[in-house]
Amino acid sequence: MNITNILISAFRALQRNKMRSFLTMLGIIIGVGAVIAMLAIGQGAEYSVQQQISSLGTNILMVFPGSSQQGGIRMGAGTVTTLTEEDANAIARECPAVAYISPGARSGGQVIAGNLNWATSIEGTSADYLEIRKWKVEYGDFYTDQDVKAASKVCVLGRTVADNLFPDSDPIDQNIRIRNVPFKVIGVLARKGQNAMGQDQDDIILAPYTTVLRRLSYSPNIRYVLVSAVSAADIPVAQKQIEELLRMRHKINSYESDDFTIRNQTDIATMATATTQIMTILLASIASVSLLVGGIGIMNIMLVSVTERTREIGIRMSVGARERDILTQFLIEALVLSLMGGIIGIILGVSGSQVISSLAHWPTFVTVFSILLSFGFSFAIGIFFGFYPARKASRLNPIDALRYE
Amino acid sequence: MSTAGAMPQQSETTGGTIIQIEHLHKIYMLGEVEVHALRGVSLSVSAGEFVAIMGASGSGKSTFMNVLGCLDKPTKGTYLLEGIDVGQLSRDELATIRNNKIGFVFQGFNLLSRTSALENAELPLFYTSLSPKVRKERAIEALNLVGLGDRIDHYPNQLSGGQQQRVAIARALVNTPSIILADEPTGNLDSRTSVEVMEIFQSLNEKGITVVLVTHEPDIADYTKRQVIFRDGKIRSDRTNEKPKNAAEFRRTLPEIDAEEEAA
Ligand SMILES: Nc1ncnc2c1ncn2[C@@H]1O[C@H](COP(=O)(O)OP(=O)(O)OP(=O)(O)O)[C@@H](O)[C@H]1O
Ligand SMILES: [Mg+2]
Repeated sequence: MNITNILISAFRALQRNKMRSFLTMLGIIIGVGAVIAMLAIGQGAEYSVQQQISSLGTNILMVFPGSSQQGGIRMGAGTVTTLTEEDANAIARECPAVAYISPGARSGGQVIAGNLNWATSIEGTSADYLEIRKWKVEYGDFYTDQDVKAASKVCVLGRTVADNLFPDSDPIDQNIRIRNVPFKVIGVLARKGQNAMGQDQDDIILAPYTTVLRRLSYSPNIRYVLVSAVSAADIPVAQKQIEELLRMRHKINSYESDDFTIRNQTDIATMATATTQIMTILLASIASVSLLVGGIGIMNIMLVSVTERTREIGIRMSVGARERDILTQFLIEALVLSLMGGIIGIILGVSGSQVISSLAHWPTFVTVFSILLSFGFSFAIGIFFGFYPARKASRLNPIDALRYE
Repeated sequence: MSTAGAMPQQSETTGGTIIQIEHLHKIYMLGEVEVHALRGVSLSVSAGEFVAIMGASGSGKSTFMNVLGCLDKPTKGTYLLEGIDVGQLSRDELATIRNNKIGFVFQGFNLLSRTSALENAELPLFYTSLSPKVRKERAIEALNLVGLGDRIDHYPNQLSGGQQQRVAIARALVNTPSIILADEPTGNLDSRTSVEVMEIFQSLNEKGITVVLVTHEPDIADYTKRQVIFRDGKIRSDRTNEKPKNAAEFRRTLPEIDAEEEAA
C-alpha cells in the first residue's frame, strides 16, 4: 500500500468522525499552542533583560565589593566593606582606560513636597552619571563635582516623581524632604518611559552619592562603582587596570584572590539571561504536560477506532493486508491527528503570542526552534501514542476480526 | 500433485491438484468446553473444478472454508495449497497467499462501507506494488466482468444486495486468483439474483478458475460440477455432477422483472 493511499484513507477515516477528530486534536492544539506561547514569552523576557542591560549605558563595567568566590555581590549591602570612596577616586585618577566613574549609593523611602508625598528610590551618583548612562536633563541642571564634594543637599527628579510631587507647579528650586532630610530640586530628567520589563525608569531621584551616603543611607559604604571605559575595545583594558590598581591598594598578595568583583556588561547579561532561561524552561515544561495529555487523548481515540473498525481490519486482512499494512494505516491516522493538531497549535501559539504582546505590552518572540520543537513533539506523540493501538490492530487474527460484532 | 514452487497458471483448466487436505481437525475452545467443528476432513480439489459444499447448519462448512481461505488455522491436519504446506507459513506469507492466490466471497458481502464500489473492488490491489493507474484499470475490468461497470462510484448502501455481492465477487477476482472461495454467496439473495451470481461463477470457472462454494440450496448446487456433503464435521458424501445446469441459459427462461437492471 503506498503512502498517498494510506494518507487518503487516513483523512477519510478521520473525516467520518469530524467532531471526534477535532476534539482529539484539541488536546494537541492546546498543548502545542501553550508551549509555543510560553517559549515566546520566555524569549521575550530574555530579550527584555538584555535590552535593560544594554540600557545601562555603553562600555560599562561594574565594580562590587567582595570576591565572587565568596558570593560577594550577592551578600547584600553593607556586609562587605572592601570598596571605598577612595578606591573610586583612585580608579578615576589612575586608570587611563576609564572615561567616567560613578560610585553608587542607594536609598529609598517616602518623599514629601508640600502636602504631597511619593515613595520612590534614591540613587546616589557622581556628576558623571548622566554621561555613563546617556541620560539627559530635561530642564534645570544636574549637580556638579562641587556638589558631590560638598555633599550638597540637591537632587534631580525623574519625570514620574516630578509629576506626582509637583503636578501643577515648577519643581525647580523647590524643597522636598527625603526621609525628613530637606533637598533642593535643581533639575528634572527627560522622560525615558518603561523599560523592557515594564518598570518605570522615571520613578527615581538622583542625588550626589556623598549626600546619600552621609544623610540617607544607613551604611557609610558605597555599594558599587559604575565605570565606563573610553571605548568598547578598552573594556578589557580598563578591567585589567582597575583590577591591578585595587589589588595594589588592598595589598593583596599574588596568591590571594580579589576582595572585589568586576563585571562587564556581558557578564551581567549572562547572569540575568540564565535566570530568564530557567523561567522559560519551567513555563515550557508546564505547558508540555498538556501536550502529554493530548497524546493520551489520541491514544484513547485510536483504541476506540481500532475496536470500532475491527471488521474493516478483518476485511483488509482477508484480501491480503499484512501486519505492517494495518500498522502503518493506524499509525498514519494517529500521525495525521497529531500533526494537524500540531500545525493548528503552532498557528494558535504564534497568534496568541502576538495578542499577549499587544495586550500586556510584553515582548514575545516565536523562534524557529520552538516551532520545530513543537512540530517534532507532535510527531513523536503521534508515533508514541499511536503505536500501541496500531499494533493491537495489526496483531488481530483475520477470522476473529471478521467475526467481530 | 504439483511440486512446491510450481505456480499453475490460471489458464490451466485441468490437471494439477490445487487443494490437498488431509485429516483436518478444528476444535474451538469455548471456555472449558471443546467444540469439535471438523473431525478429520480429507479432500482433494484439482485445478479447474467447481465444487459445492453442502450440509446441515453447524456441520462445519464455514469452518472448513475459513481454513481453505487461510483466514483460520486448523487444530490438526495438513493443508497443501498448490503444493505449499500452508501450516508452515508465517502470518505475512499467509497474507500474501490471501492476496494473490485466493479470492474470498462472504455471505454478508463484507464490503467497506462509505467506500465506492471501485475502491472496494480495488482493495486487494492496494496491497500489491501495482501502480494506481493499473489498479484502477483492473478494478474497472473486474467490475465490468460482473456487470457493474456503470455503478463504480456507488457506495455499498446505494447498491442492492445482488449488486453488493457482485462488487464482492469483483474484489475476489481482481487479483486473478487461482481459487475463488465463496461461503453461501447467495444466502442473502433472492432466487433470481442467485442465478445471476451463479452465472458469474460459472463463467469464471470456464476461464479456468477453481471455485469452491458453500450452499444450503440444492438448486444452487446443481450449477456446480461436484457436490461434497458435510455432516458433523466430516465429509459424508462426495459426488460428481455429470450434468451441471447452465445458469446463463436458465436465466434467459426467467421472466424479465427488472428490465432496468438487465440493461446493464
Ligand atoms: N468461533 C467459534 N467458536 C466456537 N464454536 C464455533 C465457532 N465457530 C463455529 N463454531 C461451532 O463449530 C460448529 C461448525 O460451525 P460452522 O460455522 O462451520 O457451521 P456451518 O456448517 O457453516 O453452519 P451454517 O450452515 O449454519 O453456516 C458449530 O457447532 C459452531 O457452533
Ligand atoms: Mg456457515
